[in-house]
Amino acid sequence: MATQERLAAIAGIHEYPLRVAPGVSAMQIKVESIRAALEDAGLAWSDVDGLYDCDEGEGGGGLGMAAYLGINPTVTDTTQVGGSAFEFQTAHALRDIAAGACNVAVLSYGSTSHSDRRAIGTGGMTGQGPANWQGNMEDPYGLTLISGYAMVKMRHMHDYGTPEEAFAELSVVTRAHAMRNPEAVKAMVDLEFGAVHPVSEITIDDVLDSRVIADPLHLLECCMVSDGGGALVIVSPEVAQDIAKPPVWIIGTGEATKYRENGGDITTTAGAQSAPIAFGQAGITAEEIDIAMIYDSFSITTATCIEDLGFCGKGEIGDFVQGGRLRFDNPLKPTLNTDGGGLSSNHPGMRGLFLLLESVRQLRGESTSQVDGASLAVAHGNGGTLGGSHSGGTVILARD
Amino acid sequence: MPNRPQPRFPEPNTEPYWEGVKQRELRYQSCNLCDAVVFTPRLHCTECGTDDMEWRTSTGEGTVYTYSVVRQNRNPRFADLGAYAVAYVDLDEGFRVFTNIVGVDDPTQDIECGMRVRVAFEEQDEGEYPIPVFEPA
Repeated sequence: MATQERLAAIAGIHEYPLRVAPGVSAMQIKVESIRAALEDAGLAWSDVDGLYDCDEGEGGGGLGMAAYLGINPTVTDTTQVGGSAFEFQTAHALRDIAAGACNVAVLSYGSTSHSDRRAIGTGGMTGQGPANWQGNMEDPYGLTLISGYAMVKMRHMHDYGTPEEAFAELSVVTRAHAMRNPEAVKAMVDLEFGAVHPVSEITIDDVLDSRVIADPLHLLECCMVSDGGGALVIVSPEVAQDIAKPPVWIIGTGEATKYRENGGDITTTAGAQSAPIAFGQAGITAEEIDIAMIYDSFSITTATCIEDLGFCGKGEIGDFVQGGRLRFDNPLKPTLNTDGGGLSSNHPGMRGLFLLLESVRQLRGESTSQVDGASLAVAHGNGGTLGGSHSGGTVILARD
Repeated sequence: MPNRPQPRFPEPNTEPYWEGVKQRELRYQSCNLCDAVVFTPRLHCTECGTDDMEWRTSTGEGTVYTYSVVRQNRNPRFADLGAYAVAYVDLDEGFRVFTNIVGVDDPTQDIECGMRVRVAFEEQDEGEYPIPVFEPA
């Protein structure tokens, strides 16, 4: 670890505590989170000189966000690649800080998906916006977001004989972690999870007995649709010397995109390209990772990304998850999604920011499912639609 | 008859494909320089970048690569279909289409990866374009 370059660090974090936030706008969630993350870092509003925004709604991107905040940053970045945009932006902030273009970078997210009653998973992505080359080939067929992911699970089961129980185990572990996180429990209560299944730990049978939304994905393999948001402050090594909490260093980043190709393997994600770049930069391997914060829009997302990050081989997820090895109290590495994940804590549509926030909490010793001595974490975001065009962003983090 | 969303024009990439559909042909593109098969339609070869491409007509026969049965779609255009199967089908000429599998009694039981299928042009209540779907071969 001593040879790793330490060019930028995460100095401040904030996760907006509510998942049902009527009467609050997405921009207000962002600003409240930025203010709290700066306070967490011991930095001031006027210190911000790098603004990263994913233009997720009413924001207007970096331009609109600068205007709303009332700041004049020297770096403005509006990278929007879906839910992994925050991992991409972290990579960009690292480069921008290393190049001397800014010293205090802020990433933020705010969404009122739940209160807006957005049918993200089952609304059907058909016939909206101007005519375009992809829509004309997909709109007639009723692709829903969930069925796009479900097709990946179907092929994974076909190619590798992966048992349904392997995917269900990911939901089970994540829920167990969620039950230890008071904000996640409140989220599930406020979102009325209890109407379908009690807000409690769940079993593999509970997952497989829950109703099928799009074969072979069951309800308890699907993320929630919440309100929410948060913010992250990334700083230069000089700034990091005087911050309030221990810095968490960004030691490796990787970015990739993938899409449907003739003859392509749908079970391999963009992570297979982004992760080796990030691990190579960090000079470590997956076996050394203590905390794996892996995007869990659906069980299949996490399963394929765990494989593609190199924690196990392609098609080996079924054996890999045996014996509860991903739980925080299991001595084997890594531990998965200790905040409760998108499945059971927070998914307003773009979860990538929360992967970074919980990684930082673990490396600071602040998680509600704390892994003793956690020193290395990976946050891997997957944006877009797994079975179609999607993005993979990998960020590797180390404690001071 | 179904009343699916229709393709919308002007859209220059996909217009030749849909003109083929009107004639009950499933068309795809092939590169005149490097022989790559290109789909979905566009003006350039994704292998070598040229715009020297030609249109060919598929036999319409292929294999289900993967599928999912949609149990719930809140879009009213699909509400009457009941549970329906979305799928990727690999055509024998080497291109992959996103489509629906129809013509089975129970899509949750009667479809599997690797199944042989053949294109069918499904007539619609409204609109000038039939929709290419696939049924067991």
